Amino acid sequence: MSIPMYILKRILQAIPLLFIVSLISFFIIRLSPVDPLAELKLNPAISPQTLQAEKERLGLDLPIYQQYFKWASNALQGNLGISTSGEKVSTRLIERIPNTLLLTFITIILTWIVGIPLGTYAALNWRKPVDRTLTMLTSAGMAIPSFFFALLLLIFAVKTGLFPAGGLTSPGFERLGVFGKIFDIAHHLFLPVVVLFTISLAGLQRQMRGNLLDVLETDYIKLARAKGLPENKVIYKHALRNAINPMVTLLGFEFASLLSGAALTEYVFQYPGLGRLILEAVMKSDINLVMASLMIGAIMLVLGNLIADILLKLVDPRVTIN
Amino acid sequence: MDKYFELKSLLKQLRKDKLAFLGLIVLIILYAGIAFAGFIAPYDKEFSDRNLAYCPPSQIFTIDENGKFSRPYTYNYKREFNPETFKIDFKSDRSQKYYLNFFSKGSEYKLFGFIPTNLHLVTVASDGRLFLLGTDINGRDNFSRLLFGGQISLTIGFLALFISFPIGLLYGGIAGYFGGITDNIMMRIAEAIMSIPSFYLLIILAAILPANMTSAQRFALITVILAFIGWAGFSRVVRGMVLSIKNQEFVEAARSVGANSLRIITKHILPQTASYVIVAITLSVPGYILAESGLSFLGLGIQQPDASWGNMLKEAQEFINILYRPWLLTPGFLIFFAVLSFNLVGDAIRDILDPKSKIRQ
Repeated sequence: MSIPMYILKRILQAIPLLFIVSLISFFIIRLSPVDPLAELKLNPAISPQTLQAEKERLGLDLPIYQQYFKWASNALQGNLGISTSGEKVSTRLIERIPNTLLLTFITIILTWIVGIPLGTYAALNWRKPVDRTLTMLTSAGMAIPSFFFALLLLIFAVKTGLFPAGGLTSPGFERLGVFGKIFDIAHHLFLPVVVLFTISLAGLQRQMRGNLLDVLETDYIKLARAKGLPENKVIYKHALRNAINPMVTLLGFEFASLLSGAALTEYVFQYPGLGRLILEAVMKSDINLVMASLMIGAIMLVLGNLIADILLKLVDPRVTIN
Repeated sequence: MDKYFELKSLLKQLRKDKLAFLGLIVLIILYAGIAFAGFIAPYDKEFSDRNLAYCPPSQIFTIDENGKFSRPYTYNYKREFNPETFKIDFKSDRSQKYYLNFFSKGSEYKLFGFIPTNLHLVTVASDGRLFLLGTDINGRDNFSRLLFGGQISLTIGFLALFISFPIGLLYGGIAGYFGGITDNIMMRIAEAIMSIPSFYLLIILAAILPANMTSAQRFALITVILAFIGWAGFSRVVRGMVLSIKNQEFVEAARSVGANSLRIITKHILPQTASYVIVAITLSVPGYILAESGLSFLGLGIQQPDASWGNMLKEAQEFINILYRPWLLTPGFLIFFAVLSFNLVGDAIRDILDPKSKIRQ
């Protein structure tokens, strides 16, 4: 099967999956005793006409399964309804998604740049003090609750004044030049990235170490050594390449756990991302927004896994796509 | 007997791994602490001294003002308004010494929930205050609340496991055993649940809980929610294992003597996955602990006046608190040490049960 066909097939497979996700999310939310319009009614800025339109759009007088189809057909046409603040849900999502993607992409790239060499280094120094120290450090990194670590870094930021205490941009952002803007965003991103990086590095480093140790035991490595190939070549040309391949499948999982882990980190750092949006939406029982962010989260996850699978196919010719 | 010897050799091997053994000791101390919480805690969890909100930890002296050894004693704090900084300062009130009484009588409580007693490890005279780790905004003793909070934070994970693991086992077992269209539909549903970022699902489920619940109901429902998030991933792995087990001869044999499918799954196939299940359990407890604390930290989990390590950390969200009242961060360190210990022990058990894994050897 060619790659475009494979992508098409996977997208077709994702459709029933997303359908089930939407069913589950819809019924979970509708199970709640919360009146979906309660917050809208309380907002004086929202006119009775809008309220009525929203009531009809949600089809609140209809039986629940018809409500679902109504919601689904609206969503497919890009109409996700309005949020309790009166804005369109889609506008708010479009504002937030790039910020979360920025945060997760930077974290993933950094963890790979650091995690792969660290894992390799640990595997090559198997059972030596360096390896043990690294294992201990990564265990600690895995154990620290993200929100607690974020709080500790906030204390550091406030005490030293070296970093801004949250947000994505400074108040005078609009007046900065291009480099000023980039620097400002990087400055704000630093601490949240440190939190997510520390937490996801541990898993990646351990996986890489385990993979390389497994590969080093295989027959073809023994053969390479037996025929007198220099150790450098054995490791970097033969072993490492094969150890990295399975890591690509991890990309999808990493993306998933980052989306979840980012929610608490975004909350503590007041970072304007999807995680904080959904949290705020949940707290204000902003039903439309909650439903839409759940779906977006699921779509992002499915896409992440798809990209990981395609990458794997590209780097590893042994993988058959079926 | 067989099982007993297995456990014994497991413990013996665990002792060789110093870090894992240390983790095991930390866990034993933590769980002993919460089991005897009523005895160790100087105060009950509702006790509050409204005049001493955010009081710093009591200082304990064993050398008196004349430089001589003395029975341990402490001073009370009194609040003073500082006109220069416009803040309330806590000053040690040196006029009255309060000696620490060990194994003395204090407030009534029930040990293990059913033995009524009033014996406490350490108390001070009734108008003295012993706040070993300071107090929170309501003047409640942080140290005592850490012990009572641990009762929730450290057990909710296990309770959730008792729900999610049987479900995951049975679900994965049925899907793997029957295969075909049953398997296809069941696995699509499990995948759909896994496709929603777990923390998003968690906060939404917690948020739709009605507000007027008793704390016991809330605790039970949070447990169910945690279990609901956890079973899907586990069931997928079980299904994979069942697929490879179900074609072996002993399953064939059971089928030929006429055992029904449910019996084959539960009595013959699932026990084969035992060592994976043990490892998965020890490695998934920390996830539940972190999830509960995250949820309570956001105010969606365990609610005041009940204590959990997560909701105690909620107060640390304010800058002023974390800068001037560092003792409010103690629950975070406890979560960290508990999770770290579970991970170290879990890794060691995996290495012992699965000699092929080299993660920590």
